[in-house]
This record gives sequence, C-alpha cells and structure tokens, in this order.
Amino acid sequence: MTSVISLSDIRRVFTMGDQQFEALKGVSFDVAIGEFVAIMGASGSGKSTSMNILGCLDRPTSGTYLLDGLDVGGMTPNQLADIRNKKLGFVFQGFNLLARTPAVENVELPLVYAGLHSKERRQKALLAMEQVGLAGKENNHPSQLSGGQQQRVAIARALVNNPAVILADEPTGNLDSSTSAEIMNLFTALNQQGITIIMVTHEQDVAAYAGRQITFRDGKIISDHLTGQAA
Amino acid sequence: MDFLQTIKIALRALRTNKMRSFLTMLGIIIGIAAVIAMMAVGSGASYVISQQIASIGSNIVLIIPGSTTSGGLRTGSGGAQTLSSDDARAIMNDCPSVAYAAGTVRTSGQIVNGNMNWSTVIMGGTPELFEIREWPVVSGRPISQQDEDGAVKVCLLGQTVAESLFGSSDPVGSIVRIKKIPFTVIGILERKGQSPQGQDQDDAVFVPLRTAQRNLVRSQRTGIVSAIIVKAKSEDVIAKAESEIQALLNQRHRITNSKEPDFSTRNLSEILAVAEQSSKAMSLLLGAVASISLIVGGIGIMNIMLVSVTERTREIGIRMAIGAKKNDILLQFMTEAVLLTMLGGVIGIALGAGGAAAVSRMLDWPTLISFQSIAVAFIFSAVVGIFFGFYPAKKAAGLNPIDALRYE
Ligand SMILES: Nc1ncnc2c1ncn2[C@@H]1O[C@H](COP(=O)(O)OP(=O)(O)O)[C@@H](O)[C@H]1O
Ligand SMILES: [Mg+2]
Repeated sequence: MTSVISLSDIRRVFTMGDQQFEALKGVSFDVAIGEFVAIMGASGSGKSTSMNILGCLDRPTSGTYLLDGLDVGGMTPNQLADIRNKKLGFVFQGFNLLARTPAVENVELPLVYAGLHSKERRQKALLAMEQVGLAGKENNHPSQLSGGQQQRVAIARALVNNPAVILADEPTGNLDSSTSAEIMNLFTALNQQGITIIMVTHEQDVAAYAGRQITFRDGKIISDHLTGQAA
Repeated sequence: MDFLQTIKIALRALRTNKMRSFLTMLGIIIGIAAVIAMMAVGSGASYVISQQIASIGSNIVLIIPGSTTSGGLRTGSGGAQTLSSDDARAIMNDCPSVAYAAGTVRTSGQIVNGNMNWSTVIMGGTPELFEIREWPVVSGRPISQQDEDGAVKVCLLGQTVAESLFGSSDPVGSIVRIKKIPFTVIGILERKGQSPQGQDQDDAVFVPLRTAQRNLVRSQRTGIVSAIIVKAKSEDVIAKAESEIQALLNQRHRITNSKEPDFSTRNLSEILAVAEQSSKAMSLLLGAVASISLIVGGIGIMNIMLVSVTERTREIGIRMAIGAKKNDILLQFMTEAVLLTMLGGVIGIALGAGGAAAVSRMLDWPTLISFQSIAVAFIFSAVVGIFFGFYPAKKAAGLNPIDALRYE
C-alpha cells in the first residue's frame, strides 16, 4: 500500500498574545492512493486545522508531513503554491467561486497559475465540467447556478489539474440533503475512478459514503476505522 | 501566468465597478489633459516667438537716434535727427564684426493704383536692408545699388499692399503713386507675417533710401536716417559688433564722457530670447501645476486600490489556495492600477489634444502637440500607476491565504 499522505506526530500551536492554544496534539495517519477518507469530530476538534495543514495552506508547529513522498516542511511559499496548484484540489463549504466569472473560467483558474495556454486550459476545463455533469453550463456565472451546481463547479476546479488528493472541508455544509446526496455520489464516482479524497464532515450519513472514518476530539484522533462500505 | 490573462482579469475587475473606475481615473484624466494642453500651448508660444525672431532676421542690432542710457527711453528720441547715411556706411566699412548696415527712413502715407488707394508704411532703405532682414522678392527684382545711387523712383510692395491695390493681378511694372509721386513697381516681397509687436510686416512699401530722403521725408539736413539696422557676422559677435558700433559712433559724433550719446543700440534677438525664456518658464510652471494634479490623481488610485484589495480579500484567498504565488497577486493588482492610469492617460491625451485644438481655433493661437509630449504623458501616467499601485498590490500579495479565505 503506497501512502500519498503521511502525517506523523503533527502538532499545531496557535499563539494569541501571551496565550497559547494547541489545536493539534500529535496527529499521525497515512492515506493510501485511492482512499476515500472522512474526517469527523465535534466543532473545534481540529478538523479544519488539519485540513489546512494537509492543504499546504498552513504549516505544523512540529511533526512531519510527506505529500506524495515529498517533505513539505522545508518548502518555500512559492514551492508550496506550486504543490497546491499541481498536487491538491480544494473544495470548500462555501464553494469559493469567483463571482462575475463564467463557470468554465473558474474551472480554468488552477491551469492559469500552472501556466497553460488558453486553448489547452479550455479543453481540460470542459472535460472536467463534463466529468461533474455540468456540460452546457460553461458560460453561466456562479449567481446563475444552484448551490449543488456551484459545488460541482468547485469540484471540477479541484479536478482539473489531475491532483494527487482532493481535500474537501464540509463540502455539503451549505446544501440540502438531496443535493448533498448528489454531491456525495459524485465524490464516490470520482473515488471509483481512482481519485484520493479526504473530506471533513460532521454528518454521519455523509461520512458513510467514505471507506474510512477518522474521528477527532480535542486535537487528537480518537478513532480511525474502515467502514467496509467503499473500496 | 501569461500576461494576456493578467490583463483580462484586470479589465474584468475594472468593468465590475465602471463608475468607480471612471471616477478614480478622473484625476489622471484631468492631470494628463492639463499637461498635454499646457505643453501644446507653450510650444505654440515658443513656435510663434521663434517665427518672429526668424521674421526679423538673425543677429540684428538696431541703432536709433536719442539716448536710452539713463533710465529708459527719452522723449523725442525717435524724432531726433542725429543719424545719417554716412554713419551707416561707416559702420559697414569700419566695424569688423558687422556684415551689413543699412540706413532706413520711415514714414506713412497713401499709395494709389488707379482708383484703388491704400494707406501704409513707407520705408526707405539701402539694398543691404533686404540682406539684413533676409527678405527676398518673390517676383520682379530687388532694389539695386544703381536704384539707390540714382535715387530712382522704384518700389517693392509687401504682400498685403500688393493684394490690396492689385488683387490677383501682377503689379510688377505698374506705376503707383506714393504721396502723389509716381513710382515703378519692380518687385513683390515674400510674405513675412506678424512682427513681435503684432504688426503686419507685409503692410509696407519699400523704396531706395536716397529716393525716400529726397522725395518722401522732410529733414533739417540731407542724408538723415531714422534708424540704422545692422547685421552682425554671427551670433557670437553680436555683443562685439554692438560695442564696435558704439565706439565708432561716439567718435564720429564727438561724444565724450561729459556729453551723453545721441544714439542708442538695441540687440533685438536678445529681447526676443528673453521673451522666449519667459514663455518657457511659464509653460514649465503650468506643467508643474498639472503634475500636482497627477499626484493627487495617483493618491486617488492608491485609495481605491486599497479599498479594492480589502473587498476582494476572499478572491485573493481563493487564488492563493489554488496556486497563485505572491508575485501573481502582486502583478494582478499592479496591472489593474497601471491599466487604470494608462486608460486615464489615453483619455487625458485625447482630451488635452481636443482642448488645445479648441484654444487654437477660438484664440487663433497656434498649438503644437509633439510626439514627445504624448510619449511623456503616457509614460508619466504609467509611472503614476506603478508608483501608487505598488503599496496596495504589496498588501494584497502579503495576505495569508487561510485568513483571506475566511474573510467575510
Ligand atoms: N488561527 C487561529 N488562531 C487561534 N486559534 C485557532 C485558529 N484556528 C483555529 N483555532 C482554534 O483551534 C481549534 C480547532 O479549530 P478548527 O480546526 O477550525 O476546528 P473544526 O474541527 O471545527 O474545524 C478551535 O478551538 C479554534 O478556536
Ligand atoms: Mg471547521
């Protein structure tokens, strides 16, 4: 089993004035290629903090993080930006699309920073939009799309660079249950195509789509088990 | 990230807030328009002055009767009859720095062709006058030394006089009456335009000096001239020529320390050079005022860009999460600022050029828009954008992606 992600003894201490708060207290886990992991836990347990570290948006105070075999600990901000661009795809709770920008251009955005030419960008973006079932909505602006469609655009944007891992922080948090189910079916389908997914949720029925559940409490992992439902 | 995409993103951002973008640009538009208009009017003024210098002729020293040595012009100085044709001849022969000297007399009167008549300036001058003033004939022939020596009754017409008396027909060879005396028209002078004092230099008739002295002006003695006009051999020796002339005339007129000179000299190109200097200083001053407006406009740009960075914090976070580097964000906001100012610059250039054209038409004042002034305005507007856009862009690029993503 090859790990695409390997965290060992990750700690994250936030300093506010003279107060210190340890949000992650020694977190270790590995994720294999092709896994679909749900991270669960109560609010404030450290889920988002670990996602930020996994997403190379934040650095751990101590511990090592290997992404695709690379130690990201010693990388410069520009190198981290490259890693985010090429190895990771983000899906946020609030979609985080650019307003007043056509869907297809939102999807193209990672490719813009990857330095691809417009023709190639468009081609890949259209493909990704087809993959998430949004063919024909290329020129709609986010405001002209439903919540579920907006999240699909965000997923297409996360997919477009063929990342090693897709990171999703509460992707269904803003969606009703039937739309949530659609999005989770899409994630399941993508996972079956071999894409590694790590998703934060606090809803049990959403977590049930994943093949493995990791539960946090107070900055520590309290359980980590396979559900046996998915691969 | 390719440049075209950067520009596209910047244009979209500017289009999102059209009114705000326009109002922000307004300061730059006004500043650039003012710079362009000022430079156009200023170089128009310099052009007029240099044209006038050229119309008088270069390296000219004028000698007039009466003294100006003690505080300005003395009354009646023009009327004193202290200069003579012999003085002019002596200056030409004995002053080494002088190329030409011509005695002139000046009067005014009626000139008649058939039933047409015209009141104009009548100038008598030796043939050298036309060398000095660099004033050729365009048809017929100039006044010759024989005309001068024989006091022949011939005349040259200025363009205005020729048109007034003869319309479109050729005056050369016709007889006109100047102060009732018949003269043969031998030539037409080239058009000169306005003098620095605003007079129409083409509204004049020229006759040989001796002819004028004998027939057209009255004087106490023979050979009196009303002024001597001198051309120095080169620009470098104008001052030298002036002092040679003063020494020679002092000697000829027996001027000693106890007796004030009965003539004075004036260096015309010097007077005009001063005028040109002051017009340049004026346009420089106006240019400075205009650049203050540009700086104010630049501060407006900076202000709006700071607002824009705050408003778009989340967008910046998204871009960073997706792989934008600090420099990509920096470049994006710089491009926006520079695009704003350059767009303002282009509109300002158009407006300034339009304003200059309007001034030109309404005040009948020539304006000159040089390629340089456009280039300077364009570069200046870009520099304002770079300078005032840098701080907000730097602020955007320095944002922490997590904080930016969480920003509401
Ligand atoms: N930037 C920060 N500064 C200080 N404390 C933080 C910061 N980010 C998160 N925390 C704290 O760390 C803990 C974990 O937060 P988070 O990972 O966001 O929880 P959740 O599991 O709800 O996503 C919380 O108590 C939160 O207050
Ligand atoms: Mg959270």
